[in-house]
Amino acid sequence: MLILKILWKNAFRNKLRTSLTLLGITIAILAFGLLRTVISAWYAGVEASSATRLVTRNSTSIIFSLPLSYKNRISQTSGVKTVSYGTWFGGVYIEEKNFFPNFSVEPQTFLDLYPEFLVSPNEKEAFLRDRKGFVAGRKLVEKYGWKIGDIVTLKGTIFLGDWDFVLRAIYRGRDKTTDESQFLFHWEYLNETLKKRNPYHPWVDQVGYYMIGVTRPEVGSAVAAAIDGAFKNSFAETLTETEKAFQQGFVAMSGAIITAIQLVSMVVIVIILAVVANTMAMTTRERMGEYAVLKTLGFGRKHIAGLIFGESFVITMLGCGLGIAATFPAAQVFTHTLGTYFPIFRVEPKTVYLDLAAGFVVGGCAGIIPAIRAIQIRIADGLRRIG
Amino acid sequence: MAIPISYNLRNLWTRRLTTSLTVSGMALVVFVFAAILMLANGLQKTLVETGSYDNVVLLRKGASTEVVSGVGKQQASIVETQPEIAIGQQGQRLLSKELVVLVNLTKKGSGTPSNVTIRGIDPQSHPLRPQVKLVEGRLPRWGSSEVMVGSSLVRRFNGANLNETLCCGMRDWKIVGIFDAGNSGFSSEIWGDGDQLMQAFRRPAYSSVIFRLRDPSEFETVKSRLESDPRLTLEAKRETRYYAEQSEMMAKFLRILGISLTIIFSLGAIIGAMVTMYSAVANRTAEIGTLRALGFQRRSILVAFLLESLFLGLMGGCIGLFFASFMQWITISTVNFQTFSELAFNFSLTLDIVYRGLAFSLIMGFVGGILPAIRASRMKIVDALRAT
Repeated sequence: MLILKILWKNAFRNKLRTSLTLLGITIAILAFGLLRTVISAWYAGVEASSATRLVTRNSTSIIFSLPLSYKNRISQTSGVKTVSYGTWFGGVYIEEKNFFPNFSVEPQTFLDLYPEFLVSPNEKEAFLRDRKGFVAGRKLVEKYGWKIGDIVTLKGTIFLGDWDFVLRAIYRGRDKTTDESQFLFHWEYLNETLKKRNPYHPWVDQVGYYMIGVTRPEVGSAVAAAIDGAFKNSFAETLTETEKAFQQGFVAMSGAIITAIQLVSMVVIVIILAVVANTMAMTTRERMGEYAVLKTLGFGRKHIAGLIFGESFVITMLGCGLGIAATFPAAQVFTHTLGTYFPIFRVEPKTVYLDLAAGFVVGGCAGIIPAIRAIQIRIADGLRRIG
Repeated sequence: MAIPISYNLRNLWTRRLTTSLTVSGMALVVFVFAAILMLANGLQKTLVETGSYDNVVLLRKGASTEVVSGVGKQQASIVETQPEIAIGQQGQRLLSKELVVLVNLTKKGSGTPSNVTIRGIDPQSHPLRPQVKLVEGRLPRWGSSEVMVGSSLVRRFNGANLNETLCCGMRDWKIVGIFDAGNSGFSSEIWGDGDQLMQAFRRPAYSSVIFRLRDPSEFETVKSRLESDPRLTLEAKRETRYYAEQSEMMAKFLRILGISLTIIFSLGAIIGAMVTMYSAVANRTAEIGTLRALGFQRRSILVAFLLESLFLGLMGGCIGLFFASFMQWITISTVNFQTFSELAFNFSLTLDIVYRGLAFSLIMGFVGGILPAIRASRMKIVDALRAT
């Protein structure tokens, strides 16, 4: 206990310097935590995916469609429980910056396949009955102030024109990782409208992807191979992968940016290491006389090194704690302002551990050079030295 | 009278460890600042160089990129009759009808699949894009399943070398040539015969129509005529603007990320400078008293300490920029969110970024040094001399 008291007193001997350093560490840990949370927000889709779901798409690339007729062949594959399908709609609500994901899906099977989208039975009934109806996530509805029964118009970028939809149901996420900002409507509505406009439209009776529920996670790879085999050498060859791999494919596309953010989050730690090391260097420089006195009294290297490292840890850990405490409210603010880019922005426990680890590394490294200097100085030199 | 600069430099040298730690903190901040600006700049440069001012791109109304656009054959022929289109050397109209689709290729190294643009061209595409030059092999023959590949793709993707085949659309496409299009986005594309690709991918319509204006100033005339034609559902843009718009979102993302990061990081570095300067002042109290007693004025003391801090900043700035300039050899390849396809671009350093980096480092030095310098200049001579 006494040791802690000495370390504490030592750390705050120069109040101005220590509080500046503390502020620096707090900011750095805050920045580090937020950057790490940005990275985990990127992976939110991967985290939320289920092991019992597969996604089948055109093997050429995601912009090509698959015929609706594949549905029956897929459902015949052994191990397949439910088959749902959908098409990325890419509609714009009023302005392009109001981005949210909007898909057309086969509603009944979709809701069966995604039990984490919770919809009350009445609303679900109303949504299934109304072909122009749509279901939207809680966050999305709150953001735009929609109410059940409202008509919402999206401007199509892939499928031209203005499309009217009626809000029939609002879904909630069962888990914290569920994206509550999606907009889902009937695939039939899209298909019928396209057919009416132009029976030869390339997307008539075509879907963007199939979502497949399998009976057990273990059969996933066998089912995927069976489906891809069934459509080999057809015009639209398929590529089936687990939902996780599918989502990871999207994340991997912006891999360079994620790597950059990871690097930058390391840089902030190095910057703060320089600041703390500087503080410790100056502290020990000023106290060389004291260390010489301690040496004269018979305290060994261990004690002196312990004093310096201890002080370094007291300062970094304190700053680290403040930084972690500040991360949570800051993440809240982020969710508000950047909700359109990152629907899930949550500080994970892993991030807090990384924060602590970073603080520990900084505390340790910052003490090395000053401790070596303090140990190596000869008593006479230390006593003679001023400032 | 001013205090000699050598006094400051020697002080920095005496406290080598502290000086180098402070400088390295600042150098890192300037490095990040410059690197992110270079990245945003490189991205924009790539996309702006892709377009040419005389060329007009026609896309379906409401489509922001070629991938989601569609131009019917009939509409394309109507565009072809416009009088403003330039005439080439053989008397042909400089207009090309192109198809753009995305296919998956796997990246070298990581092995992850990514979207690559295949552009179906017609004979006029070459005169419209003079920056595209064949570097290896030969041009694909018309009416055959042959393609040529951009040089950035060859370096970054598996199976994109000469004489290899790509298979998609139930056909094998033989790579017979490699082309280089400088820094432009075409270097990340695959080019083949448009009619063949349309057959293979069952596309009834072109993605875009591009033509050269016979006189660049006639853009507005032809734009308003085409856009008001009831037979057409097209939108005309200058090619330069079309490509600049494609880089907007990503460049904005990089800038916002970069600026918010550097602001946070610079706080750290400023604090580092402050810690250094405050202790420099505290340690030299007696020295300051002596200087004052010798007749140096308060202002000279202020300037001296401020200069010391500005030196720290300047050193940090120069070191940071020195290392950032090596980033120019690195090429980043990532998916552009707006077009959903792979694009390679470089970090590009301009004089403007150098100035900004240096200005930024001096600002950090100034902000970090001003408070300690004021404290130093305010000391009373007697108190300062008495301090040990």
